[in-house]
Amino acid sequence: MTGVHAVETRADVTPAPMTGWWAAASAVFAGQVARVRVARGPLLFVATLQSIGILVLLRGVIRHPDRVTASAVVAGTTVLVVAFVALNLLAQRFGAWRAARALDYYAALPVRASAVVLGAAASYATFTVPGAVVTAVIGVLAFSLPLAHLWLVLPVIVCAGVALAGVGAVLGLLMPRAELATVAGQLGMTAVLFLGVIPPSHLPVVARAFRAAVPSALAVDALAAGLRGPVDPAGTAWRLAVTLAIGAVALAVAGRLLRRAVQQ
Amino acid sequence: MVTASAYEVRGVHKTYSRDGVRANDGVDLDVAPGEVFGLLGPNGAGKSTLVRALIGLQRPDRGDIRLFGHDLVAEPSIAARLVAYLAQDEPALSELPVHLAVSTTARLRGLSRRAASSHADDVVGELGLDTIASTPLTRLSGGQRRLACFAAALAADRPVLLLDEPTSGLDPIARRSVWSAIRRRREQRGTTVVLVTHNVLEAEAVLDRVAVLDRGRVIACDSPGRLKAAVSDDVRLELVWRDRAPTDLPAVASLAVRARVDGRRWSVRLPQVEARDALGQLMSGPALAALDDFTLATPTLEDVYLALGGRDDDLERA
Repeated sequence: MTGVHAVETRADVTPAPMTGWWAAASAVFAGQVARVRVARGPLLFVATLQSIGILVLLRGVIRHPDRVTASAVVAGTTVLVVAFVALNLLAQRFGAWRAARALDYYAALPVRASAVVLGAAASYATFTVPGAVVTAVIGVLAFSLPLAHLWLVLPVIVCAGVALAGVGAVLGLLMPRAELATVAGQLGMTAVLFLGVIPPSHLPVVARAFRAAVPSALAVDALAAGLRGPVDPAGTAWRLAVTLAIGAVALAVAGRLLRRAVQQ
Repeated sequence: MVTASAYEVRGVHKTYSRDGVRANDGVDLDVAPGEVFGLLGPNGAGKSTLVRALIGLQRPDRGDIRLFGHDLVAEPSIAARLVAYLAQDEPALSELPVHLAVSTTARLRGLSRRAASSHADDVVGELGLDTIASTPLTRLSGGQRRLACFAAALAADRPVLLLDEPTSGLDPIARRSVWSAIRRRREQRGTTVVLVTHNVLEAEAVLDRVAVLDRGRVIACDSPGRLKAAVSDDVRLELVWRDRAPTDLPAVASLAVRARVDGRRWSVRLPQVEARDALGQLMSGPALAALDDFTLATPTLEDVYLALGGRDDDLERA
């Protein structure tokens, strides 16, 4: 090998600082929102239509629903919209990124993996808002529940969105193949559907244990309780805080999995 | 910080455990600051594995990589703070509009929203992408998409550009845009450029120095001119036969054993004297009748690669 050419350089070769965590997360968020707007409109429509369809179906089957059942159905179908997008589609997205080596793009930038995961998860969670709100309003009207506590839908969507998006990101990054990530996302959404829509009191004991393991279960409970009657601030805050904490842990795990996926 | 080398690579080994392939087998090289340095080799030569190590995405099994004196093996994340990387494909950007792809990349490299947008305006204009600035990359042709990804790599001006086949799929005009942009950054900012190519003509035209890789090893590293001087006594004889080559003729048969055959096309590297004799024999009688066309050319980097024992799998000459 020959010697190195002596080339005078004027480049500043001081390493640039790492991009701030929030700045990176918001840049990923903005990019993903634009991407989802372009590519995912039809799927978001399907997510909403699916939940409304289940609502209408159950309303037709249950002749005289009591308040517990009605609130559970409305809360469960509302959170199902969140699960369709934040869990199912995000698991597919991370699975596809991993398979296509798209994660290299982020890994070659001075950003923390957890910021990338949060930015992507937040964008998917945000896109669930219109569909979840529409579903909740239709559900409340269909089951003759009071409209006064519908505001609770927004914090529930945020917290369930964080938790389900965190789990979706973990599933997508954990699966060795994109197809498996898709299957895992679908199974996760199915679990949210069956264990979320049916009131816990109607479930067998074993299924109740499974329900407790679903990350959005407490968010569903908080919304169902709020739709039934006066909101219990302490109980609601506790349930949503636990849901958020589950989401935070899942997002942190997803950040580690992203780094691992790039190295493999 | 002033260092003698932008990159110092010493004894880098990487074997993939899943299939036992030794992708890098003791790679040594130095890249000077401000240099346009190339990695040339066919598919499977270990270029992309080496590039992933140079950007800190993959830790080598053994060896040392320093970037402006920083130990990349111990601290791989430092690469992202100094290097802009263009992968062979950028699926993460594929559904973003061109301008947003560039400005998002600039923001992720630490620019504010406003500065990133302004910077994206400049880069998009520089590369002539204004008319497709709001078109998602998925709706562009392959060449336009590649150019848009290159624009994203230029975002936020890093001192090192690490480009994996930047001109792959580009038309000649777009190629010139890419090379003009690289030259500008080198002249105005002293940007160091490391690029992967398997296009020998491009390598000869634009690189200060080139490392020729084969089977995970650097088999030569010098300026294209000096590398070609090593085989300057040879010429390349290209023959195109009308139908099949008349290998029953002794002159043709002697060439056949040394020729790289691609259908009706033969390519033979010969010492100049032998080439003159061979042409003399081919220019008469049945050999001439069977010959459709011929060219005689000075050696290329491909000849260097072959002379050094490389396999002639898929180096491009276009």
